[in-house]
Amino acid sequence: MSGKHTQEDTRYLFKRDKTWWVKLAVPRELRDVLGYDLRRSLHTRDLEEARSARWDAIAEFREKIESATAEQIMGSTPSAAAKREHHEAGHQIVKEHTVEIVSDSGEGAQKCGQIFGLVCGKMGNGVWTVEIIPAEIQPPARERQGASGIRVRMGSHYVTNMGDQADLVVAFNEQVLYSRIANGAYRKGTVVLLENMWAEDPDEKIRQQYAEALQDFYAQGLIVHELPIQKECLKLVENPRRGKNMFVLGMLCHIYQRDVDKAKEEIAKTFRKKSAKVVEINHKLFDAGYAFARDNLDYEYEIPSADDERLASAIVVNGNQAAGLGVMAAGIDLVAMYPITPATSASHYLADDFNLTGGFVHQAEDEIAAIGFAIGASYAGKTACTITSGPGMALKTEMIGLAVMAELPLVIIDVQRGGPSTGLPTKIEQGDLLSTLFGVPGDSPKVVIAAATIAECLEFVSVARRIAESFRTPVIVLTDANLATGVQPIARPDVTEDWFPPPLDQSDWDEDVPPYDWDEETGLSERPIPGMRNGEYILTGLAHNRQSKIAYDSASNQEGAIMRSRKLATLAATLKPPEVHGDETGDLLIVSWGSTHGAIEEAVDRARDAGKSVASVHLRFLSPLEPGLEEIFRGFRKVMTIELNYSDDPEHPLINKETRRYAQLAQVLRSHTLMDIDCWSVVPGHPLSPGRICQVIDTHLGKLEGVH
Amino acid sequence: MFGLKGDWSLEVKDRYFTLEDYSGAEPRWCTGCGDHGILAAVHRVCRDAQLEPEKTVAVSGIGCSSRLPHYMNTYGFHGLHGRALPVACGIKSRRPDLDVWVATGDGDCFSIGAAHWVHAMRYNMDMTMLVFDNGIYGLTKKQTSPTTPLDVPTNTHPSGSLLPPLNPLTVTLGITNVSFVAQIVDWNAQLRHQVIKMAHEHKGTGFVRIIQRCPVYVEAIGKALQNEPARMRLLTHEFGVEVDDSVKRLFPNHGEHDPTDLPAALKIAADDSVLPLGILYRNPDAPCYDQMSSEGLEMSAQEKLAGLNQAFDHFAI
Repeated sequence: MSGKHTQEDTRYLFKRDKTWWVKLAVPRELRDVLGYDLRRSLHTRDLEEARSARWDAIAEFREKIESATAEQIMGSTPSAAAKREHHEAGHQIVKEHTVEIVSDSGEGAQKCGQIFGLVCGKMGNGVWTVEIIPAEIQPPARERQGASGIRVRMGSHYVTNMGDQADLVVAFNEQVLYSRIANGAYRKGTVVLLENMWAEDPDEKIRQQYAEALQDFYAQGLIVHELPIQKECLKLVENPRRGKNMFVLGMLCHIYQRDVDKAKEEIAKTFRKKSAKVVEINHKLFDAGYAFARDNLDYEYEIPSADDERLASAIVVNGNQAAGLGVMAAGIDLVAMYPITPATSASHYLADDFNLTGGFVHQAEDEIAAIGFAIGASYAGKTACTITSGPGMALKTEMIGLAVMAELPLVIIDVQRGGPSTGLPTKIEQGDLLSTLFGVPGDSPKVVIAAATIAECLEFVSVARRIAESFRTPVIVLTDANLATGVQPIARPDVTEDWFPPPLDQSDWDEDVPPYDWDEETGLSERPIPGMRNGEYILTGLAHNRQSKIAYDSASNQEGAIMRSRKLATLAATLKPPEVHGDETGDLLIVSWGSTHGAIEEAVDRARDAGKSVASVHLRFLSPLEPGLEEIFRGFRKVMTIELNYSDDPEHPLINKETRRYAQLAQVLRSHTLMDIDCWSVVPGHPLSPGRICQVIDTHLGKLEGVH
Repeated sequence: MFGLKGDWSLEVKDRYFTLEDYSGAEPRWCTGCGDHGILAAVHRVCRDAQLEPEKTVAVSGIGCSSRLPHYMNTYGFHGLHGRALPVACGIKSRRPDLDVWVATGDGDCFSIGAAHWVHAMRYNMDMTMLVFDNGIYGLTKKQTSPTTPLDVPTNTHPSGSLLPPLNPLTVTLGITNVSFVAQIVDWNAQLRHQVIKMAHEHKGTGFVRIIQRCPVYVEAIGKALQNEPARMRLLTHEFGVEVDDSVKRLFPNHGEHDPTDLPAALKIAADDSVLPLGILYRNPDAPCYDQMSSEGLEMSAQEKLAGLNQAFDHFAI
């Protein structure tokens, strides 16, 4: 406690919403058992009354402490429910912290976390923010499954993933914590700042739930600090449901020693479309929260800035915003889409800003029409983009085949979610690799690339557009729900005009050159664009010859298939082998793709710091594959993929060499290299944490021991 | 060639296009198929309008009708079954300078592509849409289509089709923002030419349902109509079609219909006993989506770059 009340005698006393309480700190060695302090209300608003009433309580508290000391000396173990974790007080410098704010939906936890993340980014920290989204739009209040909120991981280094268990949580009610606990989001010692209004709720059931939950949390080793957030906010606003989030932001800004001016600037920005009065009241709530934490919490953390050039001139975006910006930076001016989670927010963003670069979002009548519209635009000379997710990809299959057959440039962004069928709409899975590679009937060679980072969600649209046009092919860019919802400061790209496609070519076409003038070596050809005189041809999805005439004869069909496939080999010849993260030889090599990149490299770094012989290699090109994989793999005793898609557990009695279904990249690599590549993969619907990957590494390294 | 301009001055064009300039490959439709006449009308309308072949795109789906692009000497897009309209709309959205034609059929448009039909009418993009309706799936060899008349035997319904046929006119007229709905039969050259020409000149989607004979699979459907002209009613109006007496003699059942009167058009369309021919509805003032979607196309690279930096600024810290 700071010494705010020292002018008069308020020893052991503190005020909570006008009522006096008494509080006694618990000796450090007993905090596991009794918690940080013992406290109770004196049920009076009168200071004189409180002064005299406190001594009974203090005596009672001292008795408790004495008996607990005696118990400890006698070596008896406190009951699980009463065992409480230890928490350090004072000012601490830490390398990183992960904070969660969880609430019922509509209480503004996400806005609070977004602003907090931005302020951390502005102060030079590496940051990864990810929203916790309930499945329903308006789940009932105080529902265990209804947790809505946000996680902010900030560090003195560039942060590439959502991290392991949270260090500190602010919870607007106790019930919403349960789903997070079930997800393994917290550990023993996670500090929970819990709204305590429920302890005095008029509904007995709620009071009981609250009391029971507290016991649960203590039993699980959470450090719970009950705080009168609602009561404090009521001093400023009538309905703290709106506004409590800014109070919490103020608390967090004190706890993490954030710059008050920067935070207030962000608050003003957030409410810029509202009246000055709204900004003012939110500033007041922020100040109140800040002061409350200063006066009532005896711990604060400092997370020094990260020294990383990516943060020097950064933009803070999620993967879908990055993809939207990527569309604009690629010089694409049409996105045709149909609403589908988790892809749609990319189009929402574009609908706001696309006019800045002359672009248009076409919301089509269905997924097929969306890609059809984009294909029409591409055919007419303006390479377009369609953005969707798994079920939409399934519907677009025939159109993708048409683009392959007719050799049309097209950018398709697949923000993967859990499948099959409607699956897990809001959650992450890397389940679309095989269907994008092979999901089209017939031989359908196309380019598939996967963004590993939020920055790549932006860059890869440009890469895709250029490849699509140079190689006259659809290019699929795979991202996923983890990237789509993760928010991170990334280096602001230095876009120049050469990122844009050249102006529409309307010069005359050489009439001696057919529309598919395939180069035998490379399979490449130039295409006439409508408007080019003498270039008139009829594009067809049927088998066709160089003149684009329908050709059912064997020779033409074989030639077309060869030429379409040859382009992939031509592209592969321009690629470099991927870089190995770690030593180029060793015991275990992890192969990965997509958004698991950050967590896997972090886990590999930890394992290597612990002296383990492990490295990783991350693939960006899935079709064609980057060259040199076999050679890289040969440097390791064991090669395995870690993926977020389904594979059989090899330990199950029914699973053997013949029946085992491997993770998707593992399947591809096994056939590609003829090497015995193992895999570990799961479909939990949430991203992999570095800690979980470390366990997988340990297990597999353990299996290698004794196999020398 | 040359011609006279509005101010009587001589206009010298460096290019003049004849019917041959629009003719592509030799049509492979069956002898007696109504599609030949439709193709001839399209070539003529292109010639009348002196469309530059390189600026003209014929888009189709799959089916007998959808072979049309191959018989044009323009750009063409012979895509997927049912999906001509989204492709055509995508083309028009990015390239309002192109003259876009859509050739589709009763299966392609009213069945597998029905969703696109409804929405393309709403988009009302400036293009000409010809539905070759022969009441049967021809290319896949005689299956029931949405417009196959009741009791006509097909390979999927050998004892006769089970359901009464879909009425494409009432559906089309019922779609908000529809702007041009016409119906013709393939065997009257004057009506065919005039209506397709008006559909082409119309600003918006010119929807023409063409009752088209398939002599191979359902000869009786066309024959019955040809033999009983009283089953058809020719709609004339100064704002609709105006045909000479020779045509009126062929369609003794004819009368005035004001194409701006949507309720009257719906009433005419809903009467299954008589097949209306001519322009049922026409509204040149309906908003066109191609104009809305193509704003910004003229932006220069410098302007785009500036805009992009503005977008980045929204996220800068």
